[in-house]
Amino acid sequence: MDKKIKIKAKHVDFFYGKSQALKNINMDIFDCDVTAIIGPSGCGKSTFIRLLNRMHELVPHTNVTGEVLLDGQNIFCCSMDAVEVRKRVGMVFQKPNPFPKSIFDNISYGLKVNGIKDKYFIEEKVERSLRKAALWEEVKDRLYDSALRLSGGQQQRLCIARTLAVESETILFDEPCASLDPISTAKIEELILELKKDYTIVIVTHNMQQAARVSDYTAFFLMGELIEFGKTQEIFTAPKDSKTEAYITGRFG
Amino acid sequence: MHPRIKEKIYKWIFTVFAFSSLVFLLGIIIVLFKEGLPIFQKVSFSKFIFGKTWYPTYDPPEFGILPLILASVWVTVGAIFICVPLGVGSALYLHEIAGYKQRAILKPLIELLASIPSVVYGFFGMMILTPFLQNIFNLPTGLTALNASIILGIMATPTVCSLADDALNYVPKAFREASFAVGANRWQTLTKVVIPAAGSGISTAIILGMSRAIGETMTVLMVAGGASAIPKSFFQPVRPMTAAIAAEMGEAPMGGDHYHALFAIALVLFLITFVFNIIAEIISRRYRIKLGLSG
Ligand SMILES: Nc1ncnc2c1ncn2[C@@H]1O[C@H](COP(=O)(O)OP(=O)(O)O)[C@@H](O)[C@H]1O
Ligand SMILES: [Mg+2]
Repeated sequence: MDKKIKIKAKHVDFFYGKSQALKNINMDIFDCDVTAIIGPSGCGKSTFIRLLNRMHELVPHTNVTGEVLLDGQNIFCCSMDAVEVRKRVGMVFQKPNPFPKSIFDNISYGLKVNGIKDKYFIEEKVERSLRKAALWEEVKDRLYDSALRLSGGQQQRLCIARTLAVESETILFDEPCASLDPISTAKIEELILELKKDYTIVIVTHNMQQAARVSDYTAFFLMGELIEFGKTQEIFTAPKDSKTEAYITGRFG
Repeated sequence: MHPRIKEKIYKWIFTVFAFSSLVFLLGIIIVLFKEGLPIFQKVSFSKFIFGKTWYPTYDPPEFGILPLILASVWVTVGAIFICVPLGVGSALYLHEIAGYKQRAILKPLIELLASIPSVVYGFFGMMILTPFLQNIFNLPTGLTALNASIILGIMATPTVCSLADDALNYVPKAFREASFAVGANRWQTLTKVVIPAAGSGISTAIILGMSRAIGETMTVLMVAGGASAIPKSFFQPVRPMTAAIAAEMGEAPMGGDHYHALFAIALVLFLITFVFNIIAEIISRRYRIKLGLSG
């Protein structure tokens, strides 16, 4: 059966100044699946997912060629607005980065900057996003406390809720558990599996077990190239490329 | 020598250096109190602070420093109206709009402004601003509170700009990224995330700028006009506290009442700047905690 392709990268090259960080990436990201991106440090994982919602534009002197199609539309095309792309493709970062504001304001921020003023709507949306991010029960009595007082794992779920509030259809996770303890990590993984019912998810991870646990598809990057892409099960049990095999069996990395 | 002993000696030397500034500070405070307090045997504290006339050389003399305090307040407030928009505005420009190359040129240039001796600013005020103000406002003299405010404002601008820029740079990049990632544009990110996060740092910058303006001496001596009447408009000559001390210290007989009164003014000035600096410190500490930086 044919799956719906949510994001399609076509011949993507990426440059920081003159140095090339990605070479001719072609990859499909399927709707309502979890796609994991693995590979050693510096191979271009973050660079790749950041360009999927045009976050690379915050870094000066970067250049990208090729196409990234979001629901068939090139996100770099002149008629697409970076703000619009980022609303549809949200991002959760490696280090939890809540604003130094209250829990409530952290979630409502994305709604407010997108022009929503209806207080009732915002309140409801905040609650729903926190529930979806499995954080509501823990914070419902202190919505107006500073978000910085939450634990690291709670902060990361808050950042996920913040993304859910703006109704992104796709969420990019850049090593979301890198700074978390095992219990918080387990909670985030559980949440990702829950979210994939409604969302397309891309997760960069250093942790091979994590990729195996949460993802349906896995892409292996090495030195700016996509070496292998396929069903997670196949990549982990029967990799086609010897470099992939070397990496997942821990021979380098 | 044994390395352990050497280490100990170094440690002592640096400790002495570090504490010597504390000793200087203490010394200054002691002198201010010792030379300033005797005036209060002649005039009550409240008459000194709230007295409306400063005639230190009359017979009998009058030691009311309210006109001097108000003059300082006026020129400082006036300076704020200049240095806050200029300083914060240029910090925002440096931070948001100027590219890497522009910034590399502009920032040192602005900091260079801070290192120009105050007598040069005063000279500029006397020779260029004074006739200019006199002409356009048709004043009997161009040496006025307004003139002093403008020059002090320009002088405090680099301080405010540099500190405000630091405050903006302290705002973690992650906040900006988070804001962009939920679809905010640059303006929204700046006004709703970056500036609030840097807000107390910017307030600190403004307070330290004020503290610089209120303590500045040479320029106000040169351009404020020197009249020790209670200021009623910015177009009048005024005599701020620093100017009074600098202008009169040479003439006041040592150990006399006038002499002690001038020290008492210095004491008041010291306390004001001290309070400013403490407030700035408290705000900046709260701010660093708020941003999750070290306390
Ligand atoms: N802002 C940047 N400027 C220049 N080079 C960068 C920048 N960010 C990353 N790179 C380079 O691009 C390559 C890929 O980096 P990155 O995408 O962060 O790798 P990963 O996330 O897989 O560890 C690395 O060689 C890195 O040094
Ligand atoms: Mg990375």
